[in-house]
Amino acid sequence: MTLKMEIKEVSKIFGPHPKKTLRLVKEGKSKEEILKKTGHTVGVERVSLDIQEGEMFVIMGLSGSGKSTLIRCLNLLNRPTSGSILVDGEDITTYDRHKLKKYRQKKIAMVFQHFGLFDHRTIIENVSYGLEVRKVPLKKRMEIAQSSLETVGLKGWEDKYPNELSGGMQQRVGLARALANDPDILLMDEPFSALDPLIRREMQLELIDLQNKLQKTVIFITHDVNEAFKIGDRVAVMKDGKVEQVGTPEAILENPANDYIEAFVKDIDRSKIIQAEGVMIKPNALVRLKDGLNVAIKEMKSNGLSSVYVVDKEMRLKGLVTIDDALEAKTAGRSLESIMTDNFEIAAPDDYMQDLIDKAIQTKYPIAIVREEKLVGLVPRAIVLSSLASQ
Amino acid sequence: MFDFPTGLTFHVGNYVSDLVDWLTVHWKTFFDGISNGLLWVFSHFNDFLIWMPWWFFVLVIFLLACQFKSVSSGILFAIFLILIGIFGYWDEMMYTLCLVISSVVISLIIGIPLGIFMAYSKRFEMIAKPILDGMQTMPTFVYLIPALFFFGLGLIPGVLSTIIYALPPVMRLTNLAIRGVPEEVVEASLSFGSSRWQLLTKVQIPQAMPTIMAGINQTTMMALAMVVVASMVGVKGLGLEVLTALGQIDVAKGFEAGISIVFLAIIIDRITLAISNTFQKK
Ligand SMILES: Nc1ncnc2c1ncn2[C@@H]1O[C@H](COP(=O)(O)OP(=O)(O)OP(=O)(O)O)[C@@H](O)[C@H]1O
Ligand SMILES: [Mg+2]
Repeated sequence: MTLKMEIKEVSKIFGPHPKKTLRLVKEGKSKEEILKKTGHTVGVERVSLDIQEGEMFVIMGLSGSGKSTLIRCLNLLNRPTSGSILVDGEDITTYDRHKLKKYRQKKIAMVFQHFGLFDHRTIIENVSYGLEVRKVPLKKRMEIAQSSLETVGLKGWEDKYPNELSGGMQQRVGLARALANDPDILLMDEPFSALDPLIRREMQLELIDLQNKLQKTVIFITHDVNEAFKIGDRVAVMKDGKVEQVGTPEAILENPANDYIEAFVKDIDRSKIIQAEGVMIKPNALVRLKDGLNVAIKEMKSNGLSSVYVVDKEMRLKGLVTIDDALEAKTAGRSLESIMTDNFEIAAPDDYMQDLIDKAIQTKYPIAIVREEKLVGLVPRAIVLSSLASQ
Repeated sequence: MFDFPTGLTFHVGNYVSDLVDWLTVHWKTFFDGISNGLLWVFSHFNDFLIWMPWWFFVLVIFLLACQFKSVSSGILFAIFLILIGIFGYWDEMMYTLCLVISSVVISLIIGIPLGIFMAYSKRFEMIAKPILDGMQTMPTFVYLIPALFFFGLGLIPGVLSTIIYALPPVMRLTNLAIRGVPEEVVEASLSFGSSRWQLLTKVQIPQAMPTIMAGINQTTMMALAMVVVASMVGVKGLGLEVLTALGQIDVAKGFEAGISIVFLAIIIDRITLAISNTFQKK
């Protein structure tokens, strides 16, 4: 892992005399005190963060906690009042106008909460905007914009205008526009907050997919704990302009640094964060296809099971047999294969518990967890239900 | 007791007169420059309009109306124009139109950049806004007075006061429109490393265009109103025809000249509105 961005002691104060007010911050005065005394708002207070290359770094916090202020410092839409921001070892806060332009054109792109699209331009003209600013020749930029649109699944919409698209599609355009510039770093300020829940979920999954493919350094802002923990490799929790805790979702869930964070993660919906992989068990018993009926009955009886999954020698899932069917078939002299059913539910290891709930209700057998056709584990119904309840 | 005391008099007019004299002497080249420049543009444009065959002009208006409005308004406008010709005011109408178009073009050349500057500079907006507000509440002929001081009677003071009178709407609406571009859209543009110029030309002006077009329409209508009033300082055209008819209490002539102005106003208003609406649709 290499360090991509180093945020060092960055503060941002809004008001006519930010530098003067900074002294009060250093003296340890609180945000409210400073606002009352001087009328200045402390947006971000001495934040330090290290962001690794290729990481999905989420900044989470309630409204007004300074998330936007911080992320806007990273491309200098806000000039930090103090502190430095090192990108690939260079301090961007010292950049002059020309270097800043180059930095924004080449290294970093942003996706906005309300999309920030240009209404007067078609979709493809929106997506190619960054390239146009860089004076890439027309033909070349249309090619790049086209492939960027395809990446986000908007092929065929090139010549429409933004207001002809749904919210979800507009944000895809916002994403395609940012990606077309091929930036190292992608800033996303609550990109999915304006979308309805179903679309939002879909976009989250797509972003995760895309991130696996492109391996950008993504800095993602959200006020939604569930979203943060679902997509973040690491999460920073902000409060009143300060970072309260940084860590992987699991680490924060296990060890909340203080009461504030504990309260924050308490109402987290675990079903949206925990994946099947995290709760599945190794099958107690398995039957090979060539083992035959008698082995199957013996396995079930000795383990006290009412059913067992059948696999081939590469562990590929073939079917399920129940104890009742097996006993009946034995008296009738039928084979194991003839009584195998596919009357069971399967899921992938990275499916969320939320998706397993319906399946658990549908079936009376454990849910088979399958990766590339191979059986890797089981999630009994009871586990699905208890994982939702447990804190 | 009830009359205003006659002893209480004080005349400020003399000082103003002295100032104007001083200015006209010492800034002569400046005022002459403006005067000659305007005259040159104006006379060449007018020559061109008069040189155009009448049917060609009717055709142009008809096609413009068809393109931006509908065939029926095209026919209506063509009838209006032919009626004006039948009344015998073709050349006067062309003269008025020439005045309107040249004043509007100059108003836009000055007003749009000033409006943009107003949007960028809080201080300039603070100064300009009350002035623009004041300008709008003043009666139209007040605009003629300062122009008269420097240029005497005739075409130039008429055009100058028209330009000044027609300036506020486009300036005000340009300012509003540029300021009205959503913050996030401006930031999106900046976040891709746009220069100020790219931001302005690729994002702010195109986004502001529908509102600016509405301003252009208003400016045009005000210019037309002023050009008519400007006949009081001796500007020729339809306005002067109405004025002389009024002087002679000639109802028939007054009616024909008046209705010609109305026709011209309708044509200009509808066509500029229709053109500005095409910007609205996207
Ligand atoms: N341009 C500004 N001028 C003055 N104060 C500002 C400005 N921008 C932000 N602030 C203040 O800074 C603080 C942090 O705001 P910020 O927008 O960063 O919060 P946020 O975490 O992004 O909240 P939200 O979830 O609502 O977007 C707030 O108190 C806000 O009022
Ligand atoms: Mg915000």
